[in-house]
Amino acid sequence: METKRLIIVAVGGQGNLLASSVLGEAALLAGVPIRMSEIHGMAQRGGVVESALVFGEAHSTIISDGEADVLVGFEPAETLRALNKCNAHTVVITNLAPLMPFTVNIGQGVYPDLDHLQKLIRKKTAKLIAFNAAALAQEAGNVLAVNMVLLGALIQTGVLPLTVDHVKEAMQRKTKKDFLDSNLKAFELGFAAAGQAV
Amino acid sequence: MHKLLTDNPGQKVLLLGNEAIARGAIEAGVAFASTYPGTPSSEISLNFFQIARESDLYFEYSTNEKVALEVAAAAANSGVRTMCVMKHVGLNVAADALMTLAYVGVKGGLVVLTADDPLMFSSQNEQDNRFYAKLSGLPMVEPSSVEEAKNLVPYAFDLSEKLQEPVLFRTTTRINHSTGTVTLGPIRERITRGDFKNDPLNLVPVPAVARKLHVRLLKNYDTARGLAEKSEYNFTTGKGPWGIICNGVSYNYVADAIQDLQIEDQVRVLRIGFSHPLPAALIKDFLQGSEKVLMVEEGEPYMEEAVKALAQEEGLTLPIKGKGEGLFSRLYEYNPAQVRQTIARYFGLAYTPATLPDLTDVPQVPQRPPTLCAGCSHRATFYEVRRAAEGMETIFPTDIGCYTLGLLPPLSAADFLICMGSSVGTSGGFSKVTNKKVIAFIGDSTFFHSGIPGLINGVFNNHEFTLVILDNGTTAMTGHQPHPGVDMQQLNLDGYGQVSIEAIVRAIGVPHITVVKPYKVQKSIAAIKEALQFKGVSVIISQETCTLYAKGLKLPQRKAFHVSAKCKDHRECIDTLACPAFYTWEDRVKIDPNLCTGCAVCAQICPENAILPVKSKKSVPA
Repeated sequence: METKRLIIVAVGGQGNLLASSVLGEAALLAGVPIRMSEIHGMAQRGGVVESALVFGEAHSTIISDGEADVLVGFEPAETLRALNKCNAHTVVITNLAPLMPFTVNIGQGVYPDLDHLQKLIRKKTAKLIAFNAAALAQEAGNVLAVNMVLLGALIQTGVLPLTVDHVKEAMQRKTKKDFLDSNLKAFELGFAAAGQAV
Repeated sequence: MHKLLTDNPGQKVLLLGNEAIARGAIEAGVAFASTYPGTPSSEISLNFFQIARESDLYFEYSTNEKVALEVAAAAANSGVRTMCVMKHVGLNVAADALMTLAYVGVKGGLVVLTADDPLMFSSQNEQDNRFYAKLSGLPMVEPSSVEEAKNLVPYAFDLSEKLQEPVLFRTTTRINHSTGTVTLGPIRERITRGDFKNDPLNLVPVPAVARKLHVRLLKNYDTARGLAEKSEYNFTTGKGPWGIICNGVSYNYVADAIQDLQIEDQVRVLRIGFSHPLPAALIKDFLQGSEKVLMVEEGEPYMEEAVKALAQEEGLTLPIKGKGEGLFSRLYEYNPAQVRQTIARYFGLAYTPATLPDLTDVPQVPQRPPTLCAGCSHRATFYEVRRAAEGMETIFPTDIGCYTLGLLPPLSAADFLICMGSSVGTSGGFSKVTNKKVIAFIGDSTFFHSGIPGLINGVFNNHEFTLVILDNGTTAMTGHQPHPGVDMQQLNLDGYGQVSIEAIVRAIGVPHITVVKPYKVQKSIAAIKEALQFKGVSVIISQETCTLYAKGLKLPQRKAFHVSAKCKDHRECIDTLACPAFYTWEDRVKIDPNLCTGCAVCAQICPENAILPVKSKKSVPA
């Protein structure tokens, strides 16, 4: 089985770790070897949370610069920041709804222009799928389901050796019952959005 | 039932490294566990804490790592299987206990887990704790993966009982915080009651006894070396003239690199998982069969130095390299590409690294450093102290906890830090040799951990400083673990005492004590001003529950605030507090009602009184 390397970047509180856990469970269900690593600990204090997921026979749990097959960014500036993980063959999926870093709010930085950001990512990678995942999460009835919207988009790309059924089953096992319906809806909306992206 | 108690051998589950380690301990029949929380080890204890609530496992959050190890040493000397968990720097605190416990030994298995943090994701240094094994003479084991970590814990317990001494279990962050598939094993029965047999001539290391015990420790060392020679955790793979010796997570990067470089027939790998004492005969044998050897180990050249010495003993002159120019660094963690490239370079293989994207035209992305939460009471206290100290030349010794984040502007409330408790001790030194006003910050848990001796020292030696104890009612940074000042009833837990910080400070004889509620800004500033004027040691206890913890406890929440039309754009709020609930929209300051906790600190400092409570969250002006 070919090794596939996925990086997920998010801001603390966006549900990156739950998304990783769903993918891990889906891989377990699919019989795909999976290793993951994450850097958390300060996540609740507004920092960046990065997960690395390695599908296939590799031993390593982290991904070097330039070696991600897929990058999923839950926040556009964080997607841009993680561009060093990509190469010309990487597929990038990003939410376009910004979460302003407080450094910008207090005048210590400038938030990148979203159009320019997309152009840059497009130029340096194989494919960019970019849409407002926050709006789709809201449409699904759960503003916190940005993670599930982006999972939908990720699975639609077909880069990972996981099927829709595996991921949905994993969502049943790993997400709260009360949110399952809205999470599944969010997943579907993300899947469809990625299908429409050019 | 707790998922780590699942009694279904053979089942495959996905576990975080720290969960796998806790599960390994459960499978080993661990009956007693103690800790002081510290990332990256914290989730191991968190799982023990949860399991102890629904089983006969005894678990405690001890006041510090030294106490945790002492408690554990007694349990293990009563024949009970015991685990003691800490982060790498925690072992510095516990080192006094460890060094002589190595002489005294144990009866029941004792596994001491130390979680190292290469690259310092959440630590103040990246010390390599393999040297504690060498220093103490105790055996050390190190897993390379999550799966192996689970299996290695029962092995370590057996080893400890065989040798009748503690075993050090060393992880790094990439073991603790990686996730992998683990196959559950059978759970050994927990034996929770032991017995202590009085044996002072072996257990009380007065010099005459200690001289005898050191002989035993060295004898054990030889026995342990023999076990390391045959251990399944020290193994060789592959074939060919080249050699790689590695440990821990580096093994994974080596294994992947060999496959990627297609040199399976050219290189043998010696993976060391039982790393102290090093298996000398095994290593010598490996060297005999190699033309040149590369050492792949994060951190210090711990194995490299030993392997070179072993080569010298054998009269071998083959090249053995690891750390050095063009090869590996003593700094930070390694990664797969770096290891692949270094192997290629060392063995002279053609290799084209992945083409990194050209990022020269990418604008600088604004930083997103971790920051104090919206409504964090530490922010209020820092603001008030800075206001109260206006006009003074100050030094702010700080300590280990969330409040270390007060380092950043505009709070800028951290000038010096070395370790847990150092805020208090260093204050005394600064006050004796400088003319500046010394104002130290320490959290409640850290105060219990190691702040108290420094405060006693300050009172006795007549130092002159103000210590601000930031009492937010929990060990916040590591995930809200309890400490001796916590009201355990709030967690629906009975059978705990509660120690008052104020009572301790009074008992120490601190001559000037002030308790403030930091959300009351003017009152707090006035009280702090007075405390700062005091000549001698003064203590300010700033009491307010951690906002995250309060949310977790479902304590009643305050109403959010908004910036009303009265705002004249002074920006005192955003410029001096920099609460993450603020944002600017069309060049005016706004408050995100979903982040605002209603602490009202900004409302109290607004010169126009323009920050007002919202009527309800839905009616917030956009």
